[in-house]
Amino acid sequence: MVKVADIVNKLNARIVCGKCDLDRKLEFGFASDLMSDVLTIDTENLLLITGMNNLQTIRTSEMLDISHIIFVRDKKASKEMQELACEHGIALLECGYSMFRACAALNELGLKPVY
Amino acid sequence: MEFRFEIEGGNFSKAGTASSEVKKILKQLNVDPKIIKRTVVSLYEAEVNVVAHAYEGEMNVEIIPDKVSVTIQDKGPGIPDIDQAMQEGYSTATPKVREMGFGAGMGLPNIKKNSDQLNISSKVNVGTIVEIVNYLK
Repeated sequence: MVKVADIVNKLNARIVCGKCDLDRKLEFGFASDLMSDVLTIDTENLLLITGMNNLQTIRTSEMLDISHIIFVRDKKASKEMQELACEHGIALLECGYSMFRACAALNELGLKPVY
Repeated sequence: MEFRFEIEGGNFSKAGTASSEVKKILKQLNVDPKIIKRTVVSLYEAEVNVVAHAYEGEMNVEIIPDKVSVTIQDKGPGIPDIDQAMQEGYSTATPKVREMGFGAGMGLPNIKKNSDQLNISSKVNVGTIVEIVNYLK
C-alpha cells in the first residue's frame, strides 16, 4: 500500500483536481495510453498512469471506479476533464516524468502490478 | 423502469454520458458495485462503438428487480462478419478513434466478458443492435 502523499513527493507531481486525501493508500498501478486495455482491468484501489489526456480517460476511470489518475510526460488535464473528474470524485495528478520513469519510481515505492 | 438515451455518432466529447446515467441509476438502486461495474463497462464499450462507427444511436434500458436489459441500436455501416468482429484484435476503427485510446479490437470481446447474455445482430449499411442482459442478483 502506498500513500498518495508519497506518490506526489516521489514523482514531483501536482494535484490538479479532486478532494485528494493525501493519506489515502493505493495498492495497484496500471500504465497504459490505450483505454481499450484499461477497460479490461477489474482491480480495486488502483492508480491509472497514462499520457492519454482526453475526456474518455476520465469516463473510462468513472466506469471502472478508478479513484486516482496520474498524467505523465507533462500532459495536462483540460478544464472539462477536471470538471468531469471532480463530479465523479476522481483525483487528477500531473507529472513531468516519462511513463517509464514514473512506473519505475512507483514500483520502487511498492505499488503492485495488476498482472 | 425504462430509460432511453440518445447517442451521437462521431462526438467523442459526449461518449459515455448514457453509460454514466445508467451507472447513477444502478447506484441509486443499491445494486452490487461489482455488477454495476460489469454492466457499465459493457455499456460504455457499446456506446463508444456507436460513437466510433455509427451516425446515430440510442440506448434503451429496462431494469426489473432481478436483471438489467439494455439494447444499443444504431444507424450505421453495420458489421459484415460478426464472428470476425468478436475476435480479439480485429478492428475497423479509424485513426481518429485510435487516437482517442480505442479501436484495439477489444471492445466486443470485453462486452462479452462483462455481460451475462449478449446478442448482436447487424445489417450492412443499415445498422447494428447489441442486446446485453446482466442479472442483478
